[in-house]
Amino acid sequence: MLFFSYFKDLVGQEVTVELKNDLAIRGTLHSVDQYLNIKLENTKVVDQDKYPHMLSVRNCFIRGSVVRYVQLPKDGVDVDLLHDAARREARGG
Amino acid sequence: MATATGLESLVDQMISVITNDGRNIVGVLKGFDQATNIILDESHERVFSTKEGVQQHVLGLYIIRGDNIGVIGELDEELDASLDLSKLRAHPLKPVVH
Repeated sequence: MLFFSYFKDLVGQEVTVELKNDLAIRGTLHSVDQYLNIKLENTKVVDQDKYPHMLSVRNCFIRGSVVRYVQLPKDGVDVDLLHDAARREARGG
Repeated sequence: MATATGLESLVDQMISVITNDGRNIVGVLKGFDQATNIILDESHERVFSTKEGVQQHVLGLYIIRGDNIGVIGELDEELDASLDLSKLRAHPLKPVVH
């Protein structure tokens, strides 16, 4: 629940999603759901020469189960706030 | 709210699916469910190789189980038409490792 809320606040930011098959996709976070499935807009695969598989794709849906990392802009996160929220969630949740 | 990441907006559109075993399947999305199982019409698999251009294997009407799906991309048909698939060389995608 915590990360779902967190990602909702990040909608509109540019992120890079690294998948479990090593593919990395950069795009604007359009939406997220309870499974942490991610929809990105204006996508560009990070190493396009190595991965031309998605050259004609501009918007995509990424299944939550296949995400390894979501790379964020450094100032996209209020680390202290997140830290507090995580502590509370771990204690109570 | 940014909570409805449904695939509704992609229904009846041409999409490119990347499966967990590293395959790339293109087709028209006809239906889906909460588990991301999908129905793909007029589908074909695009096989990438480093030795020859992209090969297309016609598949027809498929159901792909959500468990096996990684990415569903909205295919920009104009962009796709401008691609010369016979010139593309690439290693096949790696399978997903959990």
